[in-house]
Amino acid sequence: MRLLKLVPDNTNIGFVRLKSWAFGLTLLLSILSVAAVAYKGLNLGVDFVGGLMIEETFTAPPSLDKVREVVDRLGVGEASLQQFGDPKTVSIKLPPPTSTDAGATNAVVAKVNAALAAEFPGAKFSKQDSVSGKVSDELIRNGILAVLIAVFAIAVFSWLRYEWQFGVSTFVAIGHDLLMTLGFFAITQLEFDLNIVAAVLTIIGYSINDKIVIDDRIRENMRKYRKMDMGALIDLSVNETLPRTVMTSLTVLLALTSLLVFGGHVLRGFTAAMMLGIVVGTYSSIYVSSSLLVALGLKPENFDRKIEAKAASGAERMTRRDEGQV
Amino acid sequence: MLDFPRWKVWSITLILIVGVLLAIPSLMPEATAKQLGIGSAPRINLGLDLSGGSHLLLEAETGDVAKQRLDLMEDAARTELRRATPEIEIGDISTSDGALSFFVRNPTQVDAAVEKVRTLTSPVGVTGQRDFDVRVVDSTRVTMTPTQAGLSAAVESAMQVATEVVRRRIDELGTREPTIIRQGSDRIIVQVPGLQDPQALKSLLGKTAKLEFKLVDLTADPAEIAKGNSPPGSQILPYPESAGGVIAVKRRVIINGDELSDATQGFNPENNAPVVNIKFNSQGSRKFARVTQENVGKPFAMILDGSVLSAPRIETPILGGSAQITGNYTVESANFMAIQLRSGKLPVPLKVIEERTVGPQLGADSIRAGVIASAIATLAVIVFMLVTYGRFGVYANLAVIVNVFIILAVMAFLSATLTLPGIAGFVLTIGTAVDANVLINERIREEQRRGRNPMQAVELGYKEASRTIFEANTVHFISGVVMLLLGSGPVKGFAVVLLIGIFVSYFTAVFFTRMLAARYLRRSRPTVLHI
Repeated sequence: MRLLKLVPDNTNIGFVRLKSWAFGLTLLLSILSVAAVAYKGLNLGVDFVGGLMIEETFTAPPSLDKVREVVDRLGVGEASLQQFGDPKTVSIKLPPPTSTDAGATNAVVAKVNAALAAEFPGAKFSKQDSVSGKVSDELIRNGILAVLIAVFAIAVFSWLRYEWQFGVSTFVAIGHDLLMTLGFFAITQLEFDLNIVAAVLTIIGYSINDKIVIDDRIRENMRKYRKMDMGALIDLSVNETLPRTVMTSLTVLLALTSLLVFGGHVLRGFTAAMMLGIVVGTYSSIYVSSSLLVALGLKPENFDRKIEAKAASGAERMTRRDEGQV
Repeated sequence: MLDFPRWKVWSITLILIVGVLLAIPSLMPEATAKQLGIGSAPRINLGLDLSGGSHLLLEAETGDVAKQRLDLMEDAARTELRRATPEIEIGDISTSDGALSFFVRNPTQVDAAVEKVRTLTSPVGVTGQRDFDVRVVDSTRVTMTPTQAGLSAAVESAMQVATEVVRRRIDELGTREPTIIRQGSDRIIVQVPGLQDPQALKSLLGKTAKLEFKLVDLTADPAEIAKGNSPPGSQILPYPESAGGVIAVKRRVIINGDELSDATQGFNPENNAPVVNIKFNSQGSRKFARVTQENVGKPFAMILDGSVLSAPRIETPILGGSAQITGNYTVESANFMAIQLRSGKLPVPLKVIEERTVGPQLGADSIRAGVIASAIATLAVIVFMLVTYGRFGVYANLAVIVNVFIILAVMAFLSATLTLPGIAGFVLTIGTAVDANVLINERIREEQRRGRNPMQAVELGYKEASRTIFEANTVHFISGVVMLLLGSGPVKGFAVVLLIGIFVSYFTAVFFTRMLAARYLRRSRPTVLHI
């Protein structure tokens, strides 16, 4: 049986040569993201703004206008309605009640449920969330804190493990991934809730996974080819890891596609974010972070001292390799 | 390197067998597990977003605890000083600005007064600090300021009681396996799986259920009551059934809810309306009998949470120790009130500040969707790996499947909760497990391309790839720990699966597949690897 090879052997794509194009594209997308977040804003879920979300399942697809009318009549604030893939399911999002009473949110849920059940017989909520302003503030604080600390911890790890340039490039690349994800959510207006924070952290994790694989190969090649030009060395490393990058990205995308298509609407935003994250993360580890290493002046000589120190153990490994023990 | 000692083979195999065996109970329906006699084996808990149910976050009003303590202290100080010999006369007693203060009429008694009230305070914790600071200001004025430690201790004990009361009320509702946990200093998380009606749960928990019986003050002038002025020794309480909506009652409590022995929902024999039947304990019965004997013909008020339910006239002395609360009840609301009274009053009012409810239908749909999606994802990945890496793809697939089993087993063992984001975490874990295998196999391909023989290629492939896998997993681990520590709810659920997955996938990719590859190489000694 002939095995599938997605990437031919010994590719030699000049990634670094395309650097200025890539930087231009990155810059453009970054500006777009910032603009989208600034002008359109994120469609923040009740987890972050407080308020309530009722997901109502009707026996037949309802008219959204009628649903809006019923909710408006209750005088509980302006409802934003959203229909999921299933036309019988409508999500109704309401702002936090003006009353500062901590239980007020829940009273509104009860009112809306009762009104809808009266107007549309057989309508039932399938999911409802209500979060008071106090809790949502805590959730947003914890969410941001979790992301920031994760990013810093990872950058520090790269710096300690490799050279400072790796730390910086990792940091910039994660910043890029975050920005792209936020831009994506601003443009699509998919709901940004706590689940998405988990997705964002996953994107970071995945993107970092890519970077570590490439950085690890760059480091290895820096030891091997001490005289090589840094641009050529990065090209070599990216090309060498390309089969793995393509294979893994495809496999994960395959798994996520199945989740997106069959996983139900609850996971949709989450999965979409992760799929985007994989594309963006792969791009940023090839272009943003690797090319940045050249710009930051990383040179193979940086490793010279370390290599001398490890010369003895390296030689030992070579012997064993040649003997080919089993 | 490819030489596996027998003990290593055995320990890896043992881990695999234990893992798969532990995972099995979680994979079958609970009823089937019970039939097979493994009903008590550890299982994975399904989060409420998967199984349907309600999640409530309740917060106590700690300000209320502070106020209650101050009021109690005011009463205690008054009584204590009056009882002193010689009596210590005080004036201008008030509890403004969160502190109790009064002045002593006879300046020579200030020291004695301080001495007396100090006996009312009690030590808190190990530092010897007391729950109130007693000070003399302006030579005759004594202030008692609650200390932070005292307040924390009071909130703590109130929360302990509150948690217990919440548990009793939910148990009375007959729901299955509720989870009730304290969170932080003033919050309680309540999770009730499979609940259809979150409203019922909330209305059950939303009442303090402090029941009191007091005599109605007949001397009060209705005009004055309407203005909000009550005669000394009385107070004005809301009373929905009276014309003005308020009623004056004596401050002294005849009996309170603590002296109940039972409360049940029943029907009024006259008009068949739902009522709540209450029974007093022996001490309560005696008190009630005495007071009703002394006050025949006068009305008394039944007060719940500071509002009068009804104020019937005492027709004859009530000696049997039981009474009936009538009002505008439905069977359900009467039943709830009975439950609330039976389970005791909450020492502090609780408010729902966060609620997440997933209907059982959506929960079931989500599980089905998640399972289908995971199955398709796994199948796609398996086929993909097989056509790409051949024999080594089979190893990788075995590793991924074993990976899934062991993660389930570890989660069951830790009785972790699987949530929707957890399922997504699962898919991601499969992704990283696949990545580890891809890294290894690509590295073997690479080494073979460089002209190494199969033994060397496999050995070097594992060696170099393991290092990369280790580094990548360390980074995943870092973000997983951050999520677990800082995240709430869904983020945590995700992190749990991720962290377990990191360890398991490292084990299966690096040790398990290497063992399979080594076995193959030793047995068949291939001259060229088909990879």
